[in-house]
Amino acid sequence: MDGPIERHTISVLVENEPGVLARVIGLFSGRGYNIESLTVAEVEAQRGRSRINLVTTGSPMIIEQIKAQLDRLVPVHTVRDLTAEGPHLERELALIKVMGAGEKRVESLRIADIFRARVVDSTNESFVFEITGKPDKVNAFVNLMAPLGLVEVSRTGVVAVSRGTGTI
Amino acid sequence: MVGAEMVIRALIDHGVDVIFGYPGGAVLPIYDALFKQNKVRHILVRHEQAAVHAAEGYARSTGRPGVVLVTSGPGATNSVTGLADALMDSVPIVCLTGQVPTHMIGNDAFQEADTVGITRPCTKHNYLVKNVADLPRVLREAFYVACAGRPGPVVVDLPKDVMMALGDYGDGQATAEELARRAYRPTLDPDPARIEAAVALIAGAKRPIFYAGGGVVNAGPEASERLTEFVRLTGQPITHTLMGLGCYPASDQQFLGMVGMHGTYEANMAMAECDVMIAVGARFDDRVTGRLSDFSKGSKKIHIDVDPSSINKNVAVDLAIVGDARRVLEAMLKAWRAAKAKPDKSALEAWWARIEKWRARECLRYKQNDAVIKPQYALERLYEATKDRDTYFTTEVGQHQMWAAQFLKFERPNRWMTSGGLGTMGYGFPAALGVQVAHPDALVIDVAGESSFMMNLQELSTIMQFRLPVKVFILNNGCMGMVRQWQEMFHGGRYSQSYIESLPDFIALAESFGACGVRATKPAEVDDVIRTMIETEGPVIADIVIDAVENVYPMIPGGAAHYEMKLGPDHGELEERSEDGMVLV
Ligand SMILES: Cc1ncc(C[n+]2csc(CCOP(=O)(O)OP(=O)(O)O)c2C)c(N)n1
Repeated sequence: MDGPIERHTISVLVENEPGVLARVIGLFSGRGYNIESLTVAEVEAQRGRSRINLVTTGSPMIIEQIKAQLDRLVPVHTVRDLTAEGPHLERELALIKVMGAGEKRVESLRIADIFRARVVDSTNESFVFEITGKPDKVNAFVNLMAPLGLVEVSRTGVVAVSRGTGTI
Repeated sequence: MVGAEMVIRALIDHGVDVIFGYPGGAVLPIYDALFKQNKVRHILVRHEQAAVHAAEGYARSTGRPGVVLVTSGPGATNSVTGLADALMDSVPIVCLTGQVPTHMIGNDAFQEADTVGITRPCTKHNYLVKNVADLPRVLREAFYVACAGRPGPVVVDLPKDVMMALGDYGDGQATAEELARRAYRPTLDPDPARIEAAVALIAGAKRPIFYAGGGVVNAGPEASERLTEFVRLTGQPITHTLMGLGCYPASDQQFLGMVGMHGTYEANMAMAECDVMIAVGARFDDRVTGRLSDFSKGSKKIHIDVDPSSINKNVAVDLAIVGDARRVLEAMLKAWRAAKAKPDKSALEAWWARIEKWRARECLRYKQNDAVIKPQYALERLYEATKDRDTYFTTEVGQHQMWAAQFLKFERPNRWMTSGGLGTMGYGFPAALGVQVAHPDALVIDVAGESSFMMNLQELSTIMQFRLPVKVFILNNGCMGMVRQWQEMFHGGRYSQSYIESLPDFIALAESFGACGVRATKPAEVDDVIRTMIETEGPVIADIVIDAVENVYPMIPGGAAHYEMKLGPDHGELEERSEDGMVLV
């Protein structure tokens, strides 16, 4: 609806029970919201809680809706809009396979070095790079690898946490 | 205690004395446990969809959760429409579904369906209980979730082996730890600062209107009392939605009638022209707002709702108050009195003068002749004949539903059960059955269209078996009237598949089940037929043969703004005929 399209990173603390991820995804598909990225893992084994990090886009009214809809899911404990709440960190990890020989192979290594990507696997014809950083950095790295023999990308999606002493 | 016995125990512990259901292989252990006790009564329906609608009728007429028991696979899938209906209209339902044994789940076993998968988007929450140790907690949670905050349907899927497994039920009470773990905690008490801001806004309003909805009914009868008290204190006008009928006494002068697509002219005009709108438990549905971009543009809007996701969904509001309607209204009353607030009297007088002019258009006026029965006339007579009794009305979906909402008047909440959100044909008859189970001595009438009634008429068998004297008042126009009306208005009169041929003789149909059937074909017969229907002790089908081409007015045509109401031919207006509305639902 009204207003400019914004990108928001939202963290959700949920009860780690079967179906909770399906509920979140169903909410987004059922109501036509966007998901740019979604990650989920258990974060408190003792209390059985998982954390979902979502990156979504929408007008301010839609973003408010998304948060309210998430919050009313029964297994959801907390919903935090990290983008709205202030400074926060976003990281993503990617494994990137590049194939090639000669100049291109050397160039890919050089760029990996600049980006602080690590070589985690290599053969005579291929490398697998591991890179961590903000999604923008990962995107830039992937784009640079494209002409150098990029054959496969595997990304975790965004994990995020607020800066400073505040907690979810 | 085995799982099946725990289920019955949990029902008893939650004060459930009747459930609606249909047996099958996967739930036989539960039916066995049911057989061995006499605290929980079981109403055997003839189709699982009807079980859910009956439970909805029970719930909405009592304020208590309705409970359903069905088998796995087809039993569960048949209940889906009812669950979706209950979700849209916020009805508290606990639906217990049988499931194949845990070790067979995922193997395409006989009568296996992924019930939690299928029902996830049409329930407030659902559970698959894989371990009997979890069962007592899950059952407690199911009732809690169904009723807390904005109510809704909850499914508990029960594999057969879990029902036969031995376990420890405990004392039935939730431990402190269990309570602490519950993630779902709706906000019920409003923020006092917002209450004060609301009171100031209402007191200062020059052209205010209260706009109440089903949320007020859901918050319990006291919420309706507080609403009435507050509205009277302010002297301001009030309208309500289709779901809100009865939350404010219809006979009161401050009441403008229902709002929305087929609401009154005065209610819609007042919504369009107001400067302060106070929405209480209503959700700015598209049937109320008309063209969104032109909805009440000049007003400040206060929105009171227990569900934060209802706020700022369709319409941006100026002051949001999250909380239970009763508590919010109590707080507003207190704040109003404490502030010694006084409404702006002269502004209000001018506002009422404008409203009276709109009212004087008599938007519901119609012309009755001697030859054919007008549906409006039949309903007016029905209202006259039933108004001095404690009468409960349900409806099906279509024109008759809108006429019923326009012409029946309700002084109290919980007396009107209709499928508002999903618009489910076939809702009204089983819902009436459920209402009658809850109120055995009350007069319960399903105002029906003949097409809708045909969707669940198998329940005639149920009402006979359980001696439920439900009355079905069919406004029989021989067609899917509402579809016909839209085809006439928006599809160039091409009546594609909206006429049902081979309708049954409803008198013979009633008699074949052992019920009574009566018919009126002329206006002069209507009163007699209504009297017979009411005075006959058992179930009755009254077949009221009405004008087949009557349309529902007034109307906000699809796509129009809410101030662009058409009053129709009885007001000298031409019937709407344009294909502009075609894209709208
Ligand atoms: C289950 C279902 N199917 C289809 C519809 C679409 N629909 C809305 S009103 C209507 C016609 C209803 O006809 P009837 O029950 O005879 O009532 P009338 O409009 O004639 O009063 C139809 C088909 C619906 N609401 N529900």
